[in-house]
Amino acid sequence: MPKQVPIVDYLVLGDEPRLVAHKCKECGAIYFDHRNACAKCGKTEFGTKTLGTTGVVVSYAIVHQAAPGVPVPYVSSVVNLDDGGYVKCNVVNVEPQPDKVSLGMKVQLTTFVAGIDDEGTEVVCFGFEPV
Amino acid sequence: MSDAVWVLGASMTKIGRYLDKDLIDLASEATLNALSDGGVTIHDMEILAAGAAFSNGFGQALQKQIGQTGIPVYNVTNACATGATAVRTVYMSIKAGESDMGLAVGAEQMGKMGLLAGNAPRSDKHVYEPSGRYGSVLGTDGWLGSATMPAVFGQAGMEYAYQNDGVGFEQFAKVAEKNHMHSTLNPLAQYQKAFSLEEIMEARVISYPNTLPMCCPTGDGAAAIVLVSEAKLKTLSLEQQKRAVKISASVLNSDPWTEEGQVLPDVNTLTRNAARQAYETAGLGPQDLDLVELHDCFATAELIHYDNLELCEPGGAGAFIDSRAPWRDGSMPVNVSGGLLSKGHPIGMTGAANIFEITTQLRGEAGDRQIEGAKVGLAHVIGLGSACAVHILEKAAA
Repeated sequence: MPKQVPIVDYLVLGDEPRLVAHKCKECGAIYFDHRNACAKCGKTEFGTKTLGTTGVVVSYAIVHQAAPGVPVPYVSSVVNLDDGGYVKCNVVNVEPQPDKVSLGMKVQLTTFVAGIDDEGTEVVCFGFEPV
Repeated sequence: MSDAVWVLGASMTKIGRYLDKDLIDLASEATLNALSDGGVTIHDMEILAAGAAFSNGFGQALQKQIGQTGIPVYNVTNACATGATAVRTVYMSIKAGESDMGLAVGAEQMGKMGLLAGNAPRSDKHVYEPSGRYGSVLGTDGWLGSATMPAVFGQAGMEYAYQNDGVGFEQFAKVAEKNHMHSTLNPLAQYQKAFSLEEIMEARVISYPNTLPMCCPTGDGAAAIVLVSEAKLKTLSLEQQKRAVKISASVLNSDPWTEEGQVLPDVNTLTRNAARQAYETAGLGPQDLDLVELHDCFATAELIHYDNLELCEPGGAGAFIDSRAPWRDGSMPVNVSGGLLSKGHPIGMTGAANIFEITTQLRGEAGDRQIEGAKVGLAHVIGLGSACAVHILEKAAA
């Protein structure tokens, strides 16, 4: 099996890939990037939180115009996770048509290989697919 | 005596794509016309605040074309709220008693800039190395959602549709139908072409629910505003006093922390906060407004701002556009200039151009697009990131 790397560092690969966020120890706010201090409460101590894998689509747009090389159309979305947290992602494994995607649709985390580099390393991307 | 700040002069260039003029030429044109409109010269100005979102040292470059008088120059940027930030900078200086008269200029030359974000071409020919704040190994736009503006604002609109009944593709499209129709009366608009609702809904999709005529164009233009203290205004001619327009509220804020705002720009909370503060400062409410120029960078954006600016019942933006209330002959005219969708949206210019439009309407000088008897108007802009400015202007006696 070729070597794999995640597309972003908050996607943790393994038998069951998960999204892992930084969590403010004071107020519980979560972030996908490292913050110098919490943007909500200002405290500086963070732990980690493994996020849930199911949620609902609270907004989407079907993107037809993008930068060169980006395959279109695709579904850009925000998913509100059942166990808390919002994730920006694509809705995948669905036809990118207004009558196939719906607001409030239940979705779950999935991963897939999105590319391979000059050394044969695969990049693994995540998305959310209809349950 | 009131310490209000007034608009003394205002001007904007026609928005378009100027191949024969540069940014400073456009800014010079707007500035000289605004000074002339106010019956003053650059030598009367005690402060200059200048903004062009994609430029450095813009204010000083402008001075070299129209007058190097040695006054302080503040070069400001706040994305699409840049022009309004320039106006507010001069406003604060006058409020602070540091100056009696000042000049605010917003300009941009964009040409055919296309999508403004999520623009990096994708290439797979490299070795994956994590970089940046998210440790990403490749450009994530298109893999993990989209940062392109038509998608971001499309999603903002769809979230409103998720939370409220009676909002969908057709309601968003109706916003564009209205603004394109309004622009046919505005000779300063980049486009002055009406589209039927059907044409808008069947047009090329950029990011559903936004089709091409539901997205603002890129363009070139400049707007300039001359501000004056009330004390100084009272020393000027009766004609100048008569045409001056009172700034009853000037608010600029940023987006407070919200949970979802960490992954999708939250353009609602700061607009709601700014509107509330502006109404309170002015001692007015939305029911007192005769017209509104709001930040319709996309049709989806205008619809949600009906609610954010309290122009409609909470959750009622769909019914509001269905009732034609925001049309120029409706109960709450919105974007009678044609809005960003059709008047155009040179980034740094917009916040000053909106104030020009309200000023012109309150003076009764808006020609074919005049809203008869307009006495109170509101100008709203958002620079993504985010900054929100709300100004309430009033026709009043100095």
